[in-house]
Amino acid sequence: MTTAVAVAEERHSYLDAPYGIAAWLLTKDHKRIAMLYLISITVFFAVGGLFAAGVRLELLTPKGDFVTPDVYNKLFTLHGIVMIFFFLIPSIPATLGNFLIPIMCGTKDLAFPRINLLSWYLYVIGGLLAVGVIAGGGVDTGWTFYTPYSTTASTTNVALTGMAAFIAGFSSILTGFNFIVTVHRMRAPGLTWFRLPLFVWAHYATSLVMILGTPVIAITLTLMMAERTLGLAVFDPKIGGDPVLFQHLFWFYSHPAVYIMILPGMGVISEMVAAVSRKQVFGYSFVAFSSLAIAILGFLVWGHHLFVSSQSIYAGMVFSIITMLVAVPSAVKTFNWAATMYKGSVTWESPTYWVIGFMGLFLIGGLTGLFLATLGLDIHLTDTYFVVAHFHYIMVGGAIMAFLGGIHFWWPKMTGKMYPDAMGKVTAILVFVGFNLTFFPQFVLGYMGMPRRYHSYPEEWQVLNVLSTAGAGVLGLGYTLTFCYLVWSLFKGKTAPANPWGAKGLEWETSSPPPTFNFDADPVVTEPAYNYKPAQEVHVG
Amino acid sequence: MADASHLHAHGHPSTPLGAGAAHAEHHPRQQHHFYSMDQQLEASILGMWIFLVTEIMFFGGLFMAYIVYRTAYPDAWAAGSNHLNVLMGGINTLVLICSSVTMALAVRCAQIGSRRGQVVNLILTILFGTVFLVVKYFEYAEKFEHHLVPGPHFDPALPAQQQIFFALYFIMTGIHAAHMVVGIVLMLIILGMAWKGRFGPDYYGPIEVSGLYWHFVDIVWIFLFPLLYLLGAHLGH
Repeated sequence: MTTAVAVAEERHSYLDAPYGIAAWLLTKDHKRIAMLYLISITVFFAVGGLFAAGVRLELLTPKGDFVTPDVYNKLFTLHGIVMIFFFLIPSIPATLGNFLIPIMCGTKDLAFPRINLLSWYLYVIGGLLAVGVIAGGGVDTGWTFYTPYSTTASTTNVALTGMAAFIAGFSSILTGFNFIVTVHRMRAPGLTWFRLPLFVWAHYATSLVMILGTPVIAITLTLMMAERTLGLAVFDPKIGGDPVLFQHLFWFYSHPAVYIMILPGMGVISEMVAAVSRKQVFGYSFVAFSSLAIAILGFLVWGHHLFVSSQSIYAGMVFSIITMLVAVPSAVKTFNWAATMYKGSVTWESPTYWVIGFMGLFLIGGLTGLFLATLGLDIHLTDTYFVVAHFHYIMVGGAIMAFLGGIHFWWPKMTGKMYPDAMGKVTAILVFVGFNLTFFPQFVLGYMGMPRRYHSYPEEWQVLNVLSTAGAGVLGLGYTLTFCYLVWSLFKGKTAPANPWGAKGLEWETSSPPPTFNFDADPVVTEPAYNYKPAQEVHVG
Repeated sequence: MADASHLHAHGHPSTPLGAGAAHAEHHPRQQHHFYSMDQQLEASILGMWIFLVTEIMFFGGLFMAYIVYRTAYPDAWAAGSNHLNVLMGGINTLVLICSSVTMALAVRCAQIGSRRGQVVNLILTILFGTVFLVVKYFEYAEKFEHHLVPGPHFDPALPAQQQIFFALYFIMTGIHAAHMVVGIVLMLIILGMAWKGRFGPDYYGPIEVSGLYWHFVDIVWIFLFPLLYLLGAHLGH
């Protein structure tokens, strides 16, 4: 034990020096900022989870007996706002992305370290405003802030919530902006674009969505806040304003935002699937370009949220077709991951469980998206629990499974500690089972017509709702256990070697945890990514 | 594990031919995580361009709303435009174009190492920017006097849709003015750095990227001026 500490000190791990709260809060080290983000998003994940628990408890019984309708409105609104703006959007990019992108690019830091720290502070300020909103009685517009309810009718803290999301949006812009410049200008010698890990490609695509989409939600929320607080009405139907314009502007960001949540997860899975299969990712360039294709197509599909909002039927048809096209790059990824595992030397350590869990849940989430893209079927399914189940399969089943999988995969690198591998497997299974139990019944409920955002329902739907609430309990247990043993490992875990999984990649060549400037010597890259079987190294395309 | 890349070790800092010697050649303004001053300059310029892309998307939402409502209510739009003061808007357009010229000259002076030229041109840029804001203040005051601010005090004789025109007028020019204020503060910081002789042919990144921002804010106005002020000119006053 003493030798381990001595070795760590000798290497000047980023965790060791300099010590002190101030050294952490004023750090410009991307790895420390990633850890600051990890701590803060964990807090918001817990807060958002508590609101979800409130929603599920209310829906345990058909009658609205647990909370009043007003409180229920606030519960689902706050669940959505906290989970989307303060957990999912920053989840993988701001933690794993922040930590790994400079290392994977073979550089000492992101291009703009101070702006990276500013991004975390903006996130914290936005988060504190959100906490202020919660303490001040909540907000009840739904996370979508639809006008005219948000601008004229709601009596809750809408403007303050808008400001919180606005500020958090800027933190996301700054993260994306930093990643793009880093990938363009900071790559190590020899690290060509097609030698970059697919994690970096996925984050590059995510960053494009962040910088092109987020400003639009910023101006949309500004218009909403100006209408509510200054009386500068743009969407008010009384003077000829168009509330549907708000919906268009809102979804121009908020649909691509879904890809901000899932694309980094796809990057994580691409890394892990190669590592657990000991094999080069099948069709590297297809997987790389499919990330860009998803980012680009993602900007052309927002209208599928407006199929029943007075949008023209022809616009609806075009949006429907483009939405279905998103399935092509998504399927390219899924098939290529499967093809990577096929005839690979698959190891059965805990990361593998999370990878397989992700692939199953993402598959269901993606395919049900096609149901919703179908114009006629969507008229029946709009605003039902089918939609709720679909997007939770992507955002929770996909994004959070990938996030936790990535945390399990890179935890030894980030902290220098090993967690108990058996626990990683147990919680992966718990989360997978709990998730399906929670959300699969909601597909059925939605298909039968149960609308979302209602706090009571007819008695014949109780069995499915009880199943769903029970599943949420299992899911909550899985997340709590994960949190507990990861924190336990910080204090009692075994010291991690530099490369515990025998994986390829620059991050596995430096010590665990890495030194402050990432590498003891400037790396030079001489081979493609995932070069597990050099004998088979062939340049295709 | 080590075969994925060959690690080229730095010389030990104490050896004269290693990293220590290379470090001695580093420009004092080069940050530790860049290989060279060129890389640092390229990164900051690319960074500013990407930031400007986000700004374009930010203003883009406003222009989208403008297009939708102008198409829906062309008459209210033309009539609303006629309430704006073309003379004041025109003066401000001229002032901003002049400020862009002085800004470009300031950057050029930094690149050729003229400290005096930088200081003079930056002061002129700040002055032009301030003139713009003062003119804007008088324009806004005029709108309040004429009951053209949307809300309960809006002139009831005018069609309701004109409120949307004026709401967008205030939000678009207001956000633009906020960008001008940020630009002036930025220029004061750059002026301080130029005063100390910080910039020269081998280091001019900050003044160059601040200049890019300044030109962008000017260009936004070049779009706002015709779209808001000149729209109803053919209807006569």
